[in-house]
Amino acid sequence: MESLGTNGLVLNEKLLFEHSDPGRKGYSLPPLDVEEAVLPEALMREEIAGLPELSEVDVVRHFTRLSTWNYGVDSGFYPLGSCTMKYNPKVNEVAARLPGFAAVHPHTPENLCQGALELMYHLQAALGEVSGFPAMSLQPSAGAQGEFTGMLVIRAYHDSLGAKRTKVLIPDTAHGTNPASAALCGYDVVPIPSGPDGVLTAEAVAQHMNEDVAALMVTNPNTLGLFESQIADICRVVHDKGGLVYCDGANLNALLGIARPGDMGIDVMHFNLHKTFATPHGGGGPGSGPVGVCEKLAPFLPGPVVKKEKGAYRLETPSGTIGRVKAFFGHFGVMVKAYAYIRTMGPEGLKRAAQMAVLNANYIRARLEGTYHLPYKGRSLHEVVFSDRDLGGDCHTLDLAKRLIDYGYHPPTIYFPLVVKGAIMIEPTETECVEVLDEFCEAMKAIAREAEDDPDRLHQAPTRTRVRRLDETAAARKPRLKWEG
Amino acid sequence: MEFPEELKYTEEHEWVLVEDTIVTVGITDFAQDSLGDVVFVELPEVGAEVVAGKSFGVVESVKAVSDIYAPVSGEVVEINEELPETPEVINTSPYEDGWMIKIRIADTSDLDDLMDADAYQAFVEEEA
Amino acid sequence: MSTQYIPHTEDDIRQMLETVGLSSLEQLFESIPEAVRLKRPLDVPSPLAETALLREMKRLADTNATAESHVSFLGGGAYNHFIPSVVDHLISRSEFYTAYTPYQPEISQGTLQAIFEFQTMICQLTGMDVANASMYDGASACAEAVLMAVRATRRRRVLVSQALHPDYRETIRTYCRYLNVELVDVPFDATGGTSLEHLRPLLGKDVAAVIAGYPNFFGVIEDLAVLGEEAHAAGARLIAAIQEPLSLGLLKSPGELGADIVIGEGQSFGIPLSFGGPYLGFFACRQQDVRSMPGRLVGETVDLEGRRGYVLTLSTREQHIRREKATSNICSNQGLCALMATVYLALLGKSGVREVAVQNFSKARYAREKIAALPGVSLPFSGQVFNEFVVSVPGKAHSVLEKLEQQGILGGVALAPFYDGMTDRFLVCVTEQNTRDEIDAFVNALAGGL
Repeated sequence: MESLGTNGLVLNEKLLFEHSDPGRKGYSLPPLDVEEAVLPEALMREEIAGLPELSEVDVVRHFTRLSTWNYGVDSGFYPLGSCTMKYNPKVNEVAARLPGFAAVHPHTPENLCQGALELMYHLQAALGEVSGFPAMSLQPSAGAQGEFTGMLVIRAYHDSLGAKRTKVLIPDTAHGTNPASAALCGYDVVPIPSGPDGVLTAEAVAQHMNEDVAALMVTNPNTLGLFESQIADICRVVHDKGGLVYCDGANLNALLGIARPGDMGIDVMHFNLHKTFATPHGGGGPGSGPVGVCEKLAPFLPGPVVKKEKGAYRLETPSGTIGRVKAFFGHFGVMVKAYAYIRTMGPEGLKRAAQMAVLNANYIRARLEGTYHLPYKGRSLHEVVFSDRDLGGDCHTLDLAKRLIDYGYHPPTIYFPLVVKGAIMIEPTETECVEVLDEFCEAMKAIAREAEDDPDRLHQAPTRTRVRRLDETAAARKPRLKWEG
Repeated sequence: MEFPEELKYTEEHEWVLVEDTIVTVGITDFAQDSLGDVVFVELPEVGAEVVAGKSFGVVESVKAVSDIYAPVSGEVVEINEELPETPEVINTSPYEDGWMIKIRIADTSDLDDLMDADAYQAFVEEEA
Repeated sequence: MSTQYIPHTEDDIRQMLETVGLSSLEQLFESIPEAVRLKRPLDVPSPLAETALLREMKRLADTNATAESHVSFLGGGAYNHFIPSVVDHLISRSEFYTAYTPYQPEISQGTLQAIFEFQTMICQLTGMDVANASMYDGASACAEAVLMAVRATRRRRVLVSQALHPDYRETIRTYCRYLNVELVDVPFDATGGTSLEHLRPLLGKDVAAVIAGYPNFFGVIEDLAVLGEEAHAAGARLIAAIQEPLSLGLLKSPGELGADIVIGEGQSFGIPLSFGGPYLGFFACRQQDVRSMPGRLVGETVDLEGRRGYVLTLSTREQHIRREKATSNICSNQGLCALMATVYLALLGKSGVREVAVQNFSKARYAREKIAALPGVSLPFSGQVFNEFVVSVPGKAHSVLEKLEQQGILGGVALAPFYDGMTDRFLVCVTEQNTRDEIDAFVNALAGGL
């Protein structure tokens, strides 16, 4: 089989600052049409030392060359587990750039931004329907901020009852953001182990559950790609002692149209619009992390939320709000894309997305089980976690990941979840066709053979990229965090 | 992996050299090996009081971070001034150049809780 | 039912199920108990084809006022600036926008080098030693700065200027709600700047930081040097919050004036208004505090063959390693928005940033003088401003603004919702996008509407 990865002409490119030539510029402004005002000397700075001076062509070539050093979903298969790298529809980009969205100022009077508010209102409703939560805040900027918001809401609720609860239970399969968010709300984190099959048991939760516990944070499906099948009982156990259940919604894409966290007894959940609803990840953001809550928590949401009254849309701050977590209303530009996605897919399309995402993950599992060690055997949903246990030639997960790059793939998520030693977490998403999955599986198998026969190919990988493995130790020992000439 | 006979050890993988009332503390060969390349060390100031079992500093590699726990209570009388600039010696010489702090011990009974080299080696083998 | 985004044909599905060893799609979900299954179709609208979708999106978009449909003098933390066409063109390279966080540096050098350039330019503009790869927005960056100052000083009292952007102040309150940090308001004086008279008695050995806007919410250029001296005398950090970063083209850098942490909102650097987001928080500090800093950092290094390259570094500060002891729970940054700012700043460069700043400053001065000359109108604050200023009118500000609206002018941001007793005041912002004719028309309309 010919590898997808190959050598190509890749151009070198210096830093912007190393290109700079005094007197060049890459913009044009109309001449100043009023008298130039002069700032008192005491307030005025010298020239901004170091800022580059470049022509428009310099800048265009610079960033075009940089872009070719990147790998995106549009370049190829990107099975990064837990990150849901599905295809980002182009029409959504067009929609978000309509001047009536992109050029609206956030201080525009409500009567002059009804369309923007209407879109937010419909998105609140659609997210509520998909998740089973009656109230929604679109404000949080990303998943981690949504999670923080959700935990603040939980704390505010307990405080409103005069309850002093100090602990939050978090299973060992959780995302790293979960304990960090709980700590920001002043809670102590109590880790609880998942069962031998990777699923949390109501019994384990019951052992740790008492009147000191404010909440349990779960991810469902969990980070092993398994459905927390005891979730309803778990919620009951927590609720019986007056606690609440928070769900990290990072993996909601597996459940669209199939099951709703709100129906399982979960009280709060954040969404990742950039995972479940196909908005682009942008090389690390912007995301968008709306939060859905059950009825009794609605008064504590960050404000403002959008309400409809007598045919008009308006912004309203909930009565017991925890306060805002950012300026203005959230990542509106991302909301437009998520809403466009929901409108394109419709009810059947959303369900189809979940079904095909799960089918794809199970297909990869079936094709690679036997070659790679599968530590947890429960029914996989949208992702599957292998380990490097059976990889030969003293090769580890990192070597496999780097070798996959030479084959033309973005590697899976590696070394997460922590409960699996040498984890290889594969999430194909629904937007990949069976031929791509077949080729990927062939590459994975070829690499397993190489590990036995010629392990150095893994240890040396990648060899086809613009740069080889980078010295992260040197970067951390003597950090160089900016250009200094 | 080395386990020098003359040292005492903790379950948190610190080693201790006892010389009269002064103890020298560092992290073990096993600890540096599990951490990987050390890139940063944070130590207390001379004069600080440390408490047995409580964290007195931090050691970081590229991908991991670990608290360092005081094996005994007492006052910090000396720190290894070279370490912040050359943290890599913790990898290359954990028991000598990689020493971290010296503590004037407040209560010698703290030493009773420490393991000898054989016990620590057995402890490490069990953990691995 | 294959769709444009889901490629599976019925044949594919049959064959794949066979490989998996199942006979139906339903079996894929057998680990989900019946009791928690959704037993009806989702109640969301039916699917739209591309043409119909765009029609619906245009319907929603067309009802919103913009700087194209109206003459706009809205500011207050979000600004209508010129965005060169190159910016959107370059950030639309899908190798940039369809990539994830650069966890695999060998195939993410484009993103990583661009962030390194961004960090460098933020340092150049702010006069600080280090800047991170970006935060969600100015308000949340401000809250993170407060938490960092508290960590770094081990003190728990923070003095917050009341002239700091109200959304920033509220966000700080939210972040500190349960962290045992005491936030103390510092009033502003007749200049519109933070009152030194009120600040001095509040400063003591328990104060972690003093925070002020530069320029502040009223557009006023705070005397950072003096605030810094006062803060430092008490052993506290000075946090400067930059809500309009184009001001840095003209004003002394906060670093030069003694700020210890500089955060801000980067929207002015080529990022569309987009009804309030996504924007770009930036965060810069002194070298000594780098390990207490929240957020991602990109550093320079070399590969196996000695070629220069970039990696995410010092990540042990972050949540995925340090978990509940992390410097912040932040995980993503605003990668694409940081790229917009980097492209924008590269295009404008040294001379352009200065020129845009001068245009903003000059046009605001022109408008301010004309408005101040109107009978009955006054300028309540005497402090020097950059491109925004507060106007006081006889009667209610919001009714004056409504009258302007009817003439197609968005005249400013009413201050009554943010400050008690300011029903007569609104905030006017003038940028390089406002022509002299627009300003004259605005002043005339204002005169007629009083």
